[in-house]
Amino acid sequence: MKLYAMPDRDENCERIFALLSEYLNQELALERCQEIEAHIANCPPCVEFAESLRKTVELCRRYRPSELPEPMEKAARQQLQDAYQRMLLARVP
Amino acid sequence: MERETEIELARQLITGRPEAFDRFVEHFRAKVFHYTWLMCGQREDAEEVSQETLMKVFENFHDLREPERVRPWVFQIARNACLSKRRKSVFAPSHELSLDQFLPARNGNGVQAKLEIADSAALPDQQALQSEMAHLLDKAIRELPEIYRPVLLLRDMEELSTAETAHILDLTEDVVKTRLHRARLAVRQKLDEALRHA
Repeated sequence: MKLYAMPDRDENCERIFALLSEYLNQELALERCQEIEAHIANCPPCVEFAESLRKTVELCRRYRPSELPEPMEKAARQQLQDAYQRMLLARVP
Repeated sequence: MERETEIELARQLITGRPEAFDRFVEHFRAKVFHYTWLMCGQREDAEEVSQETLMKVFENFHDLREPERVRPWVFQIARNACLSKRRKSVFAPSHELSLDQFLPARNGNGVQAKLEIADSAALPDQQALQSEMAHLLDKAIRELPEIYRPVLLLRDMEELSTAETAHILDLTEDVVKTRLHRARLAVRQKLDEALRHA
């Protein structure tokens, strides 16, 4: 665990904190991005937090639930195949 | 499977080339199962909703005007099937997460206030997910309040855009952004707590 002194900077940190996901998603206007980058350049706790959030997002992107569906039964597959064939037939003029 | 491949499979199915059928079914069945399993929490319900979703997909394939939209289109059908299933079963109210609860804990007051953050170096980055981490993540995501789970799943796991996610979930883009941020913060917090106690 790391502890950082944050004299008089709570409000800025909290404002940045609220925007971090949009920043990581590149959904912010250039001006806002520059504001965040200017702040975190001199704020190790925000850098650390942004980095941990970035890694969390990476993990979420690679996450797949542990549960897998059972192999599909023949009858269920046939139902889908029939639905697809009916759809094709119905749209033929 | 890349999104491009999905789009190509959808294009083939629309033009009546059934050789794409099996790959399409296997691919989207797993995706829809994961979504519905996370939303319904029951394997049986997830299996049932997956089949129901794929039935609707094939019955209505002619409605898919733009194959480029196949992924959000399938998820929209899955979401509706899921909602319908949930309405028939127990309704579980959800709650909002506040941003404040994820602000890192502070020690001390005033000018000497300190921010406590676990060392993020402990979070795995490029290497494959360790099984323990996968378990932690699985638990953290499943424990998210219900309104946050689909947003995280569609935005981060399925890599749909904010606009696509908003459309599927019938939300504004601003709400999607807010919920995504809070969901990520909640997951980060759970992982952080687990790493502190590891």
